[in-house]
Amino acid sequence: MNFDMGAYGVYIWPAYGISALAILGAIVWTLAAWRRAKAKLAALEKRNP
Amino acid sequence: MNILFRYANPHEFMRLSAAVLPFVAVATALCFAAGLYLGFSVPPDYQQGTTVTLMFIHVPADVVAELAYGAIAVCSLLSLVWRHPLSDTAARAAAPLGALFTALAIITGALWGKPMWGTYWVWDARLTSFLLLLFLYLGYMALWSAIEDETRAARACAILALIGLADIPIIKFSVDWWNTLHQGESIMSGKIAPVYLAPLMIMMLGYVLLFLTLWMVRIRTAILERRARALMREAAS
Repeated sequence: MNFDMGAYGVYIWPAYGISALAILGAIVWTLAAWRRAKAKLAALEKRNP
Repeated sequence: MNILFRYANPHEFMRLSAAVLPFVAVATALCFAAGLYLGFSVPPDYQQGTTVTLMFIHVPADVVAELAYGAIAVCSLLSLVWRHPLSDTAARAAAPLGALFTALAIITGALWGKPMWGTYWVWDARLTSFLLLLFLYLGYMALWSAIEDETRAARACAILALIGLADIPIIKFSVDWWNTLHQGESIMSGKIAPVYLAPLMIMMLGYVLLFLTLWMVRIRTAILERRARALMREAAS
């Protein structure tokens, strides 16, 4: 593997960094919403069995 | 159609997606690991130098941006013709993901444009039609939130999505129809150097699988939220 991007590194690394952050953010946000919805439904089902 | 409706039933979808999700998620991670490894092992391009590595994140984001819109359009058609409630849920769940990948394609494209073209942005056919795709996603999401009645919102959004579908062929063929700074199609025509093809294809598969994973989880979330709303209505009455 070669991580030496030379002078173009100033364009390449921000592009990879932003993509990685956005993708990780989307994963965290999607899973958090799923857990929230699951917990809410469980609480409602407990209250109205 | 019957098969589609059998699995598009919310209960069946929850069962089937729970079984499929772990495999799709693992396949996504494997594709990203292999794609990044191969992507950072390629030699610099004779014209573009090391910026060729940007292709492995720019092109997949672009593919998913358009794929997600296609998915919304298909679901919208199913919703308008067959009034299937899960297709509305699926269409709505795909929109924020599509917007995200569109934004990523624009940002990574700009960061590729500066060293290769000398500019981050130019108002040419490919870039402008792609920016329009981002606005279509944002408009679609705004319309969903603006109409309170869900059935009316679904109908209006489905019509908007189908009208906006006209932008997809414009994006695709813009590089052939008009003079643009953006390079022409190079994968199907075989112009891409073979050494770059494997990491590109693996990263594309990884991005598509990532979209499918997140989309499925978002549809599952929306189904649970709908059940919760129904329970709350029941409790209130």
